[in-house]
Amino acid sequence: MKTFVGIDLGSTTTKAVMLDEDGAVLGRGITNSRSNYHLAADIARDEAFVEARFTLLDRALVAAGETGDEAVAFRKRLLYQLRKVQQMAQLASLRARALEEAVGARLGHHGDLVARLEHIFDVIEADWKKPRLTGVKGSDFFRDQAASDFSRCAERVADRDLKFDVLMSVFDKVIIQVENARIDLTFEGNIRTALTRCLRGEAPERHARYEAAVLSVADTPIDVARAIGTGYGRQTLPFPKESIRSEILCHGLGAHVMFPGTATVLDIGGQDTKAIQVDGDGIVTSFQMNDRCAAGCGRYLGYIADEMNMGVHELGPLAMQSTRTVKINSTCTVFAGAELRDRLTMGQKREDILAGLHRAIILRAMALLARSGGIADEFTFTGGVANNEAAVRALRQLVKENYGSRTINISADSIYTGALGAALFAVRAGASEEHPS
Amino acid sequence: MSTPQEAASAKDGSMIKQKEMIAGHYSALSRAKADGKKVVYTFVPGNLTELLLAFDVLPVYPEINALQSGMRKKSGAYIAEAERLGHSEDVCTYVKCDIGMLKSGNFGPTGEKLPEPDLLLLSYTGCFTFMKWFELLKREYNCPVAMMHVPYQGDGVFTPEMRDYVVAQLRTEVVPALEALTGKKLDEAKLSEALARSRVAEDDLVAVLESAKRRPSPIDAYFGGVYYIGPIFTSFRGTEAAVDYYRTLRAEVDERVRLGLGPLTPDGAITHEKYRLVIEGPPNWTNFQEFWKMFSSEGAVVVASSYTKVGGVYDNGFRHDPERPLETLAEYCAGCYTNLNLPTRIDMLSRYVREYEADGLLINSVKSCNSFSAGQLLILREVEARTGVPGGFIETDLVDPRYFSAANIKNRIESYLQMIEQKRRNASTRAHAATPTVAPPRPAKKLEVLR
Repeated sequence: MKTFVGIDLGSTTTKAVMLDEDGAVLGRGITNSRSNYHLAADIARDEAFVEARFTLLDRALVAAGETGDEAVAFRKRLLYQLRKVQQMAQLASLRARALEEAVGARLGHHGDLVARLEHIFDVIEADWKKPRLTGVKGSDFFRDQAASDFSRCAERVADRDLKFDVLMSVFDKVIIQVENARIDLTFEGNIRTALTRCLRGEAPERHARYEAAVLSVADTPIDVARAIGTGYGRQTLPFPKESIRSEILCHGLGAHVMFPGTATVLDIGGQDTKAIQVDGDGIVTSFQMNDRCAAGCGRYLGYIADEMNMGVHELGPLAMQSTRTVKINSTCTVFAGAELRDRLTMGQKREDILAGLHRAIILRAMALLARSGGIADEFTFTGGVANNEAAVRALRQLVKENYGSRTINISADSIYTGALGAALFAVRAGASEEHPS
Repeated sequence: MSTPQEAASAKDGSMIKQKEMIAGHYSALSRAKADGKKVVYTFVPGNLTELLLAFDVLPVYPEINALQSGMRKKSGAYIAEAERLGHSEDVCTYVKCDIGMLKSGNFGPTGEKLPEPDLLLLSYTGCFTFMKWFELLKREYNCPVAMMHVPYQGDGVFTPEMRDYVVAQLRTEVVPALEALTGKKLDEAKLSEALARSRVAEDDLVAVLESAKRRPSPIDAYFGGVYYIGPIFTSFRGTEAAVDYYRTLRAEVDERVRLGLGPLTPDGAITHEKYRLVIEGPPNWTNFQEFWKMFSSEGAVVVASSYTKVGGVYDNGFRHDPERPLETLAEYCAGCYTNLNLPTRIDMLSRYVREYEADGLLINSVKSCNSFSAGQLLILREVEARTGVPGGFIETDLVDPRYFSAANIKNRIESYLQMIEQKRRNASTRAHAATPTVAPPRPAKKLEVLR
């Protein structure tokens, strides 16, 4: 089938969105950008392919008359099992590399390093094999999941003879290798294993129907008719110049499609903040973005999270517990750590400081919005920071104070806005090639 | 606004000529003391070059030295030197570059030593920094200062009373200072002859700049334009050399028009003019070629710019008038771009957009210069509203390399040009209604991630 892909290479995460010829979303993928944009783009796109095949599976099941609860449950199980297979493949790779590193020249002298690593991985593997409930809060990235579990186990395993830092240094070294290795995580490559697990105990006639549907989807050729890249790393994509679009245009169009009433868009990305005005067709009419200084952009929150030894996704919930917002003017990323420590020393509470930091970020965005022509109705907030509830709370408050009542749109999928816009440009480019007018 | 050695790879005769003129001037400056010539430091906006020529003194323009240092990648070290001396990061980087150069031996752009000033002549007070700059230089050189106050055109007009006020200062302050410096009386005939030559060169310059109304434009009126204004805004206006330069330049441009050629850039001629832009604000000098390339590589040609009016504005028909020497000098001083109020600037830029059929107005807001930067966002919104073309905004600096963030600037320029393109495409789609529209995607399902 013919598809169109948009890839948004952000400084923190890389996103891919795949559309069919009608512009309907088939699949999406996201991964951390690491230092290798090329690989990140491939992984995000592969991920979008996986999701796209699940969309095709939904369509196949519907076509086969499988619309009942059983089919929905089967699909859910299949996805769950596929994720397990993928994760276990990555974990196995991590384990193999870690053990290899442990016997190497650099660390070989730590007597029972290998044994302790084996133990850590045994525990993680056993843990990951257990069924989990959905809806557990946490990062979706393998890196974050593995890091969190590995460090928890390493803390328990470490002692005076073999320090925690040594164990973590092994992890830090090999996680990069695993991230940069091409491990087969595709639907085609892994679905059979997942399917076998899912179909155990299924009634024979349903078993046959499901299997046929899944295998036909696995064999369906998916052809990417056109791909368009956007985001900070777009110049590094192996795309011709005409297949590269500015993320400002992509966010404008993506926001328009998600919320057709959009007039003003705010996108807070990893290293830039953009205030965009769009017309009724999603066409950008004006924009402003931060200058050379990236103070107060998404990356700033990343530094703060590192300083606080927290995940970036944990900042918002903690800031929401604030009862008294601390007033902070500087959002300089370089001084973020010092600012934070100073305030903690002064006895200010972590949640209050965090609430102040979120407000400071939004204040900076408000200045850019004013410069771009203000906030019109409706106002759509996109980018990764839009999923941070504390940032959203500060934004709502400041919008109300400065502009009065405005409809504020925030999609749970806001992080995909740029990639969605790029994919739509790909559909349009494909269409105009077919019908040159 | 002058010719660096690294200029365009494809050089026209005019370019070679300008290079020789500049080299000759710096060489004369290096010999000034030996030749018994007096040296006057003065600024570009509203300068009184013809008057200086009439007294046979040599002018030095500190801003030109600073921008030349910027183009030669020397400004970063000079600015650092000035900052070590206590100048804050917020001080205009032309000033800091000049002070740093002075403290590093005062070697000019060609490597020859610059002579110390015998007089500091401040003929334009619209820029407060100019005054402070000369206060610093006065402390350094302990030389006399001649200063006149030029009223801002706050109401959008330069009244006869204002003109008389400036003429009176020329008579009572500036001319006596030059007479005292040289020991000579003002030779009015000599001044008038220079003014007559200015007029001839000015007509040619205006013809060159207005050639950009054609499609394709034979010139780039910003990146190329800064070279074209070099002689006329500095030491050469009123000289035979300038008349000759502009005659040659005009002939070259006429020839490009005849052949239907686009502007010359460091990477060759632009063969496909994709975007026509008006640019407001000075260029960045530290990464001038890189900056230019961000436009030329996209087929973006600047058809008009306000910066090419920084020394003086000829748009409203002003030409130096040999019949009214001091009056004409007064009018020139008061008519430079930054002495015009915002409504006048908005009128001018809106007219450029219309007359030069531009696709957009892009503002390059430089950190150093309040004379340009103050009010730019207002200008942007107003020109957008009046002309309907999209505005864009980028930020750089004159000669501080730390303020040129290439990735960020390129990103903004590309986004801006794509925005123009998208608007254009959308307009034509609407007109033809031929391209199929894209159905909005179904609401995307949140991918469940289990572990």
